Amino acid sequence: MASTAHQPDRYFVPDPSSWPIFGSIALLLMTSGAVLWMNKLGSGAYVLLAGVAVLVLMLFGWFGSVIRESVGGRYNKRVDLSFRLGMGWFIFSEVMFFAAFFGALFYVRVLAVPDLATPDNQVLYPGFSGQWPSAGPGFKEMFTPMAAWGIPAINTLLLLSSGATVTWAHWGLLKDNRGQLKVGLALTILLGVLFISLQAYEYAHAYQELNLKLTTGIYGTTFFMLTGFHGLHVTLGAIMLIVILMRVLAGHFRSEHHFGFEAVAWYWHFVDVVWLCLFIFVYWL
Amino acid sequence: MEAAHAHESGTGHEHAHHRAGIMRWVTTTNHKDIGTMYLWFSFVMFMVGGVMALIVRAELFQPGLQYVQPEFFNQMITLHGLIMVFGAIMPAFVGFANWMIPLMIGAPDMAFARMNNWSFWLLPVAAILLIASMFVTGGAAGTGWTLYAPLSIQMGIGMDLTIFAVHILGMSSIMGSINIATTILNLRAPGMTLMKMPMFCWTWLITAFLLIATMPVLAGAVTMTLTDRHFGTSFFNAAGGGDPVLFQHIFWFFGHPEVYIIALPAFGVVSQVIPAYARKPLFGYASMVYATASIAIISFFVWAHHMYVVGMPVAGQIYFMYATVLIAVPTAVKVFNWVATMWRGALTFETPMLFCVGFLFLFTVGGFTGLILAMTAVDVQVQDTYYVVAHFHYVMVAGALFSAFGAVYFWIPKWTGHLYDERLGKLHFWLSFISFNVTFFPQHFLGLAGMPRRIPDYALQFADWNAVSSAGAFVFGFSQLLFLYVVLKTIRGGEKAEARPWDGAQGLEWTVPSPAPYHTFQEAPTLR
Repeated sequence: MASTAHQPDRYFVPDPSSWPIFGSIALLLMTSGAVLWMNKLGSGAYVLLAGVAVLVLMLFGWFGSVIRESVGGRYNKRVDLSFRLGMGWFIFSEVMFFAAFFGALFYVRVLAVPDLATPDNQVLYPGFSGQWPSAGPGFKEMFTPMAAWGIPAINTLLLLSSGATVTWAHWGLLKDNRGQLKVGLALTILLGVLFISLQAYEYAHAYQELNLKLTTGIYGTTFFMLTGFHGLHVTLGAIMLIVILMRVLAGHFRSEHHFGFEAVAWYWHFVDVVWLCLFIFVYWL
Repeated sequence: MEAAHAHESGTGHEHAHHRAGIMRWVTTTNHKDIGTMYLWFSFVMFMVGGVMALIVRAELFQPGLQYVQPEFFNQMITLHGLIMVFGAIMPAFVGFANWMIPLMIGAPDMAFARMNNWSFWLLPVAAILLIASMFVTGGAAGTGWTLYAPLSIQMGIGMDLTIFAVHILGMSSIMGSINIATTILNLRAPGMTLMKMPMFCWTWLITAFLLIATMPVLAGAVTMTLTDRHFGTSFFNAAGGGDPVLFQHIFWFFGHPEVYIIALPAFGVVSQVIPAYARKPLFGYASMVYATASIAIISFFVWAHHMYVVGMPVAGQIYFMYATVLIAVPTAVKVFNWVATMWRGALTFETPMLFCVGFLFLFTVGGFTGLILAMTAVDVQVQDTYYVVAHFHYVMVAGALFSAFGAVYFWIPKWTGHLYDERLGKLHFWLSFISFNVTFFPQHFLGLAGMPRRIPDYALQFADWNAVSSAGAFVFGFSQLLFLYVVLKTIRGGEKAEARPWDGAQGLEWTVPSPAPYHTFQEAPTLR
């Protein structure tokens, strides 16, 4: 029957799929495991890890289906546009997630910490100066805030360069220059991994030599939560880039059909921009 | 597991092909199946949250402690709020969106049909976590649905389960909203420009934007609560330089748009129903679109009107007061447009119209009490009293829930192929309408007299109106069993519905047969 061939003029609607329920089971295991683990009850860590394993299985299966459908030519222009809109909205939601944490940072720096040093609060916290960086009036140890112009400045250069290399790789893809595509992607991944390694080194430095920890009052809180969530996103982005490189090596993507590549590039630029805000507001100012 | 069905896709077979039994529902990518699941989930949660409300009202029937301990009372008000907002009202409107938006815009399905399945199947996970939180040591969160710090930092394991439930509900909402926004932006039939699409699609497009913008902020707020609880951060700890009020700011930056996330799709439903029974096109379509967008945008800049008494500079209070009152302008545009739509129309009052006219009256009452509460000087007096409870139940129940009932009665012929029992539908409306007002109108008096909310006991002078309110609540609660009966009766049989059972209804959704076939608009329709 000729109609079994795909119909590119028709919007692709996937067949029933079991992957979403795997994702739900994964999240149930992960969340209940995390609750047990954080409250030191039973074998929560194992439940959490089992959930992560199911999630990884689900991601492989689900994205595998998407890749097979894409390579099989099932996605027409309109599906491609849906993916673009969907990725755009998703990145917007990520921006808003970071906005909550940046909002918290600005709030404590501009309002909460100076307010603790006003005469009203001198009864509670005598002698508290309210100067940023501050770990709050109840924090009695000494700590050193993270300097901007060492590793963070190098990291800024690394991430900005990686933004350039991923664009250069994209140009290679557009010109059907697979060599440039592969080299550009590999360089981007290398720069990303280098960034993550330097972040890890910086964290170790903070914990061991600066006495700067997650528990170091509001400065430690905002520093580690903001850079930590960013680092998590860079790690995810790097994993996504590795998947894209493996797909490139497998011969996927054509110059006119490669939104998988572009989506990851968008995501990479997004973590880049978040880093610039971090560098300015967390490290520098 | 995908390959087995791969040969069937795109064949142009118009008949239903889906798996049998439970796996049909677990694996489905069909917007109608998923919409149906959303609606049933919503109804089950409505019942669960309703039972919790009745426990609260039973306790408040008389002064003194009768049935439950104060801790359990607090857990009930918390879970009632969370379940009704995230489990009942929001999924109901996502269910309507799933069922109707592809039919309204002539799309074959939602833009991301597989992700659509996941958006739904995350909800039971969140529900399991929320329900489970009642049975762990210390019980469920007892903070109220707003989960304020520092109480939330001190709660037991139930709070952790609640936090993760909120995370998962957020994921579900964000994925659902991305799907709805993409569907509306990309899958409209040729010729259906944005300014020609049904108002329900417009309100949902703007709601989706609000959800995508605010749910991540809520996720951030509860994440901060989680790390403050377990990892020694100081977001909400003044000794560490943080501030418990910070939680309120972040929460209400989400929480106020959330009000419109619930209200805007309800506005959309009313904008579909009233023209159908007035047999006139919606008055002021373009102004409706602009009003909806204005409400959404302003809603981002008014959050601190929930926080007048936490300590804020007077300039801040005045700003938030004026900004809040500004929302009344586009809202009034909508109310006047609905009234103008009915003006000199050939009106009939079938059940959907009754619910929407009921909405119009009672939502407007809720809007007016909202204006009163927006006045800083007044709010300082009635903050955290039953006046606030009365206000937001007028908006949530008589606003969102009534329009959801209207939507079910309006669209159920399309879903089931049968007309509902008009006599029973009207009975459901009048029972709901009267018992709702008996329940909540006295709460205005209680609040103005100074009865605080979220307290299981009260002073003797509040006894009479509390008894009235509780009596109304039980009538309202049990009236909803009648709704269930009407829906089940309609599913099982009843008068055959035509493709367009309402002679005043316009739009593509009424061009497909009733019940709508499993697959619709596989080829884009042409607009006349």
